[in-house]
Amino acid sequence: MAASSPAKAPRMRGDQLRRFYWLLVMPAVLMMVGLYFFPLAKVLWISVTEPVPGIGNYAKLITSESVHKVLIVTLRICVITTAVTLVLGYVLSYAMVQAKGAWLRGLTFFVLLPLWISVLVRAFSWVTLLRSNGVINQALLSAGVISEPLTLLRNEFGVIVGMVHYMVPFAVLPLYSNMRGIDLRLIAAARLLGASPWRAFRRIFLPLSLPGVVASGVLVFIFSMGFYVTPALLGGGRVFMIAEYIGVQITQTINWGLGTMLATLLLVCILTLMALLGRIVDMRKLFGAA
Amino acid sequence: METIGGDKGLARGITLGLACTVLVFLMAPMLVVFPVSVTDQRFLAFPQETISFAHYGKVFTGGGWLSAIWQSLIIAVAATLIDVVVGTLCAIGCWRLASRRSELVRTLMLAPIVIPSIVYTLGIYKLYVDIGLIDSYLGVILAHTVTGLAYPVITVSAALAGFDLRLEQAARTLGASLPQTTWRIIVPNVTPGILSGAIFAFIHSWDETVMVLFIAGRTVYTLPRRIWNDINENLDPAIAAVAVMLIGVTLLFLLTELALKARRAKA
Repeated sequence: MAASSPAKAPRMRGDQLRRFYWLLVMPAVLMMVGLYFFPLAKVLWISVTEPVPGIGNYAKLITSESVHKVLIVTLRICVITTAVTLVLGYVLSYAMVQAKGAWLRGLTFFVLLPLWISVLVRAFSWVTLLRSNGVINQALLSAGVISEPLTLLRNEFGVIVGMVHYMVPFAVLPLYSNMRGIDLRLIAAARLLGASPWRAFRRIFLPLSLPGVVASGVLVFIFSMGFYVTPALLGGGRVFMIAEYIGVQITQTINWGLGTMLATLLLVCILTLMALLGRIVDMRKLFGAA
Repeated sequence: METIGGDKGLARGITLGLACTVLVFLMAPMLVVFPVSVTDQRFLAFPQETISFAHYGKVFTGGGWLSAIWQSLIIAVAATLIDVVVGTLCAIGCWRLASRRSELVRTLMLAPIVIPSIVYTLGIYKLYVDIGLIDSYLGVILAHTVTGLAYPVITVSAALAGFDLRLEQAARTLGASLPQTTWRIIVPNVTPGILSGAIFAFIHSWDETVMVLFIAGRTVYTLPRRIWNDINENLDPAIAAVAVMLIGVTLLFLLTELALKARRAKA
């Protein structure tokens, strides 16, 4: 049934059929070329033409201190976010592999639920919790744990908390899909041969789950790099990651050359990482799709 | 599960305990907005003396919240309609062509999911300045349409993967024309995929923040822009009330999507 390969189809009356099906594809292609790829190409073009033609904008990667600072902050936040997200995502995926029936359904539902909630709502929730007179500080103050409110917002800590919260479900998808493919009888065998549960996990399960960890890590890192909304809201104008910094170049300092150069850099980094990711895992299998 | 053997209970307990801790981290922030939305205070805090729905009232009576909701709704519905039609046709075409070139088309469709919004935003902003679409409904709708097109393409492609090609061949043998076959045979069979795609495309537009911060101005003032400005300027509990309503609507969509999935699995 589903196995009847579509590749056989165009044999019917070749050209006429193919023309009809290309006609169906065309509106999408035209829209994407005209309104997506053309504007994207414009960004690359501006980066080498404004304010003057040449690679002057790219030279700022080496010369500009503020660009260095933004890149370092972005890199640091992305690395920490990815690491923390992987640990949390691993715990959830591992529990999902072990769980059955209602537990599995419940875990899956609650892991995927945040994906559906507006990113603004989630950032706002963290503002409510982390503010200096927010829920967490109030609770700690009244419990007498602290005497001064902690600064949890408008710094890298707040940004990382919000980003990890956003990224965990994305990390779980490839991790879980990889772990599901691991034959759990291997662990049973290791246990029968006398390994402790921890040793069986560390020597058998963990190495087998590494492809999922790598795929998941790259994916989270890619998403983190271009993240705008959460870092901007929780960083509160004090922590600048690359995406918000690019935005500032357009709205405040009106420096299109620098903005488009950084956008190009971001694009190249992400596409490179995607290509690497595509080499190590089958992208379609990544999300458990057929 | 036998795999954990003798220490089954302990190891399993630790795993589930850790997992539930992570789940609390995932859920807690979303739950906090519920009590905050019914606070009797004028700032973001839990209710002190009584529960008050005044902040919900504010959303419906003033401050331009309703107008923002309407604008977002109109834009999202328009973008979704175009996405569903164009995306479904594209998925069907690519599926039947099944050539190297059509696979390339399908891959390129995914670009907006991978490429950060801010990169695209710079380009579309510049283009809209040139052709005079800045701060226009048409401009925002088109930008949301192209960036959401990937979703119906993905979901309809997935639905088509389970479609029996012989049904279509039978229709053609019985004398149906190509458009007839497409409309009467293929489309009805992938309806759950189309609806899923519509839900994703709708949510994409409804939530979209980065682009509207740049390409919209005084005329087009969507809900995400409104929330964004309120978080940055005055942290009013009305945002919590809006957040609660958004979470409610989202849950509704999620349950619909789950029901559709169950139907797809049965079919």
